[in-house]
Amino acid sequence: MAPRWSSAIPGWVIAAAVVGAVFVLFPLAAMATRVDWPNFLSLVTSPSSVAALLLSLRTSLAATAACIVLGVPMALMLARTAFRGQRLVRALVLLPLVLPPVIGGIALLAAFGRRGLLGQTFDVLGVSIAFSTAAVVIAQTFVALPFLVLSLESSLRLTGTRYEAVASTLGATPTTVLRRITLPLIFPALLSGAVLSFARALGEFGATLTFAGSLQGVTRTLPLEIYLQRETDPDAAVALSLVLVLVAVLVVGLTLRTSAASSLVRRGTS
Amino acid sequence: MNVRLRSLSAAAVAIAVVAGASACSSATSSATPPALSGSITVFAAASLTTTFRSLAATFQRKNPDVTVQLSFAGSADLVTQITNGAPADVFASADTKNMTKLVDAKLVDGQPVNFATNVLEIAVPPDNPASIRSFADLAKPGVKTVVCAPQVPCGSATVAVERVSGVILTPVSEESAVTDVLGKVSSGEADAGLVYVTDVKAAGSTVKGIEFAESRAAVNTYPIAALRGSTNAAVATAFVDYVIGIVGQKTLAAAGFGKP
Repeated sequence: MAPRWSSAIPGWVIAAAVVGAVFVLFPLAAMATRVDWPNFLSLVTSPSSVAALLLSLRTSLAATAACIVLGVPMALMLARTAFRGQRLVRALVLLPLVLPPVIGGIALLAAFGRRGLLGQTFDVLGVSIAFSTAAVVIAQTFVALPFLVLSLESSLRLTGTRYEAVASTLGATPTTVLRRITLPLIFPALLSGAVLSFARALGEFGATLTFAGSLQGVTRTLPLEIYLQRETDPDAAVALSLVLVLVAVLVVGLTLRTSAASSLVRRGTS
Repeated sequence: MNVRLRSLSAAAVAIAVVAGASACSSATSSATPPALSGSITVFAAASLTTTFRSLAATFQRKNPDVTVQLSFAGSADLVTQITNGAPADVFASADTKNMTKLVDAKLVDGQPVNFATNVLEIAVPPDNPASIRSFADLAKPGVKTVVCAPQVPCGSATVAVERVSGVILTPVSEESAVTDVLGKVSSGEADAGLVYVTDVKAAGSTVKGIEFAESRAAVNTYPIAALRGSTNAAVATAFVDYVIGIVGQKTLAAAGFGKP
């Protein structure tokens, strides 16, 4: 359908769009030219790089799971209910989206740190979050959650409540409606929201650095490893950056496919 | 991606940190030859932030027609920027290794001069929860110690101290900057951290410093040099002389730096 519309777009808009696309792609391509290709494999397969990549994938997956568990109910509350102060609540829970990550890290320290508000409670329970992989997952979940909530909420609003209303007049319990109607309807949006959250978690840097620390295999994720490698081995940093870009490209590709699928579903239902 | 953002913001800071004070000149310019004028950009290691801000201010007061712009970052960062063509007139490094990179790239005008030294010190939260008293205490089980990663200068100093003292640390985190170590200690997340004497001094009452004899095993030397690409060599050289001179040395000593 794109070609049908393109005739309606003024030439200067197309020109500006091309400039915008080049602006985004050129630096990445420029970085690729800096890669020390002959040594690329050995640079990205060094023990510290592999440890960082695996840790990043592991923690980002865990963070995505946490985002789904927490984010789906939040999106449902925001899209399907009306309560006093709902707009304010929405604005507040989406805050991590606009906060600089370092501030997120400082806030997490104040809440969950050893001397944070809940630090004593964790101590009593024998749980120590400081400098653990759990701290990384917490930081990533904190910054990634709004992405899931936002994409789910808009999808919930778009799909409407007709099927749900019909199902409940036919006697389905709220849980059945949620399980059999709502969740299947928003599944494509859930998938693309999850992918976005995963991508955000994967790129998390500031909150992790502030809140979790940096130790190989425990808290040093790929972005932190790149930041550290830059000090002594810029070639390794560039090579690892490219790996992260490739992962991001994969993730974006996935999102595009799932969002295409979700728009198909939407068209089918309307 | 975040890395790129960070260096972008570093550049923004570099631009923003224009020490614009055109100075209320009461300077009794003691009738020295031609008065200096123009502006220079000084790239200095992050640990020099406070001292160099104050030195640049007094230098400008002495030379009313001179503007000194300052840019602070990790030494390795600054070297990368300079070799990539950043317009710097003077470079002050936190270690000789990074200065050598610039000398090898033939970007230094003349020879670098060592102007200060710095040694490690233990930083603990003010209430010292783990009762740290010595370097060996950092290796006690259950003590959460944070250090710099071996890739950065404060980290290689840590490794040297470990080697000499025979005490093997098992840190809970290896940070990429001294400020991150300090942050973990002042927030109470860590029981102790290894940072420079000057960092403890600059942190004021947020942390407590504990000196230890083994720190002598790793004395960090700070070199400074005017750069070949400078468009204002006279002012660049004058600023270098000012830092190695009496006023510079006094300011550095007050911040906790040692003699070169």
